Amino acid sequence: MNNNAINEVIEKYPSAKREYLIPMLQDVQEIQGFVSKDSVVMIGDHLKLPGAKIYGVATFYNQFRFNKPGQFHIQICRGTACHVKGSVNVLESIERALNIKVGQTSRDGLFSLEVVACLGACGLAPVISVNGEFYANVDNKKLFKILKNLRKEGGTK
Amino acid sequence: MDRAVIEGDPYRLIEGMAIAAYGIGASKAYVYLRAEYPLAIQRLKDAIEVAKTYGFVGNNILDSGFNLEIVIKKGAVAFVCGEETALIKSIEGKRGMPKPRPPYPAVSGLFDKPTIINNVESLANIPNIIREGAGWFNGVGTENSKGTKVFALSGNIANTGLVEVAMGTTLKEIIFEIGGGIPDGYKYKAVQIGGPSGGCIPESEIDIQIDYESLITVGAMMGSGGLVVMDENTCMVDVAKYFMGFIQSESCGKCIPCREGTRRMLEILERIASGKSNETELETLERFQSVLHMTDLATIIQDASLCGLGKSAPNPVLSTLRWFRHEYEEHIYERKCRAKVCKELLTFTIIEDKCTGCTLCAIQCPTDAILGSKKHPHYINFEKCIGCGTCLEVCNFDSINVE
Repeated sequence: MNNNAINEVIEKYPSAKREYLIPMLQDVQEIQGFVSKDSVVMIGDHLKLPGAKIYGVATFYNQFRFNKPGQFHIQICRGTACHVKGSVNVLESIERALNIKVGQTSRDGLFSLEVVACLGACGLAPVISVNGEFYANVDNKKLFKILKNLRKEGGTK
Repeated sequence: MDRAVIEGDPYRLIEGMAIAAYGIGASKAYVYLRAEYPLAIQRLKDAIEVAKTYGFVGNNILDSGFNLEIVIKKGAVAFVCGEETALIKSIEGKRGMPKPRPPYPAVSGLFDKPTIINNVESLANIPNIIREGAGWFNGVGTENSKGTKVFALSGNIANTGLVEVAMGTTLKEIIFEIGGGIPDGYKYKAVQIGGPSGGCIPESEIDIQIDYESLITVGAMMGSGGLVVMDENTCMVDVAKYFMGFIQSESCGKCIPCREGTRRMLEILERIASGKSNETELETLERFQSVLHMTDLATIIQDASLCGLGKSAPNPVLSTLRWFRHEYEEHIYERKCRAKVCKELLTFTIIEDKCTGCTLCAIQCPTDAILGSKKHPHYINFEKCIGCGTCLEVCNFDSINVE
């Protein structure tokens, strides 16, 4: 992974205070797509914190990922409104269609799947988001179409 | 709702924060915002910059000699960080675990300095109240709950979105007049109010006036102001299980009653909704017995947990148990789910007369449980069927029967 990018993040927080730990991890994840082992070590050096403490914080929060996400990062909303509108079925269908579980990346590196508590689009339930793009009122039929299109798109790149 | 204020009118929040900070003599204010709302973060950032250039925020505000710095803190997605002491820990860069009170944050809070924590909606109401006067604000609402409240309507309802109503408006008005009722001709079953810690309100209580006190009498609470409407296709046991699963995974793990209690509770609920084949008599007995313990367990979790999350953790179960006991009983004794949600309690069959043998369901079936040849009625192998409902969804001839 690109350590220069991590260094840039660290340089943004010259006063090495504990309160900047979470913002730093967030910035790293924004750039790399996940929190790498290297970045934890480097942040630890900067903040004078052992890696175990940093992992302790990072794993507490749902935001942080520790695996490289796929080309298409699928987030599925499991909020109450989405649940009532049947997001369980959508989740199960995604897992089956991509043959991955939540938190995993498919072998071809094309898809990764994450469950989020709420995407804040309850009026459009059930919602999934692919690389930040929202798809509303998803059912199985719609889902298969979305995945098919993504596969096509991913294959051409 | 809070996101809508920040995205739509961030200056209202900034002004409210400045007034509140002036009131208590604070020089630093934090906005703790969910990282999932990038638009809100960006708008608030921009608004703070604009306010700074006009001298409404920063040093020597409007020549008053009063300084205020507003810092945006992106939350890192943890439900428990809605609890004030956990929120403080999170801002400090630690695991968001609550701590015992006293000392209250007002005495020793963020970085051990006196801190007050308020909701965005409350702070955003301040400018209007100061400008128009308390009488204006108190002119709306009920005796003990003043002003208006914004609800986020969602679920099985015609009009979804945010609605602002006067305190004391009836639930019926909100759902059937403003919300436009339940779509597709289904019947109302319940509304879930107040988020995962809240409760469900059944049809018999739909005439309730919404204010803080009356909600508590029916076992619900105002909470986040979320109103999720559920129609007859929603299974209340499944809803309780869903909330318990959420709370169990969001429990920070500090107090044992919450960490272990919610897990045990989830297991009981899962057992109620889980499959019917090969259950031994002993297992059946255990299933019955665990249900009897559920209310006891709930009381212990409520009494012995430190923070709001734990204290309200059993609410979804207690409230569904109070109003929808018959659904629990159906699940437990009759092994039936009337809303056809709890998959393991369902049986899928193909109606021979309707099936045209198009093979669509057989192709889509994830476990190859559907047998049959082209243009002949198909058949579902019960042992292979996982009850996913894919066949039901793809069938163009309504030939799948669910019981």
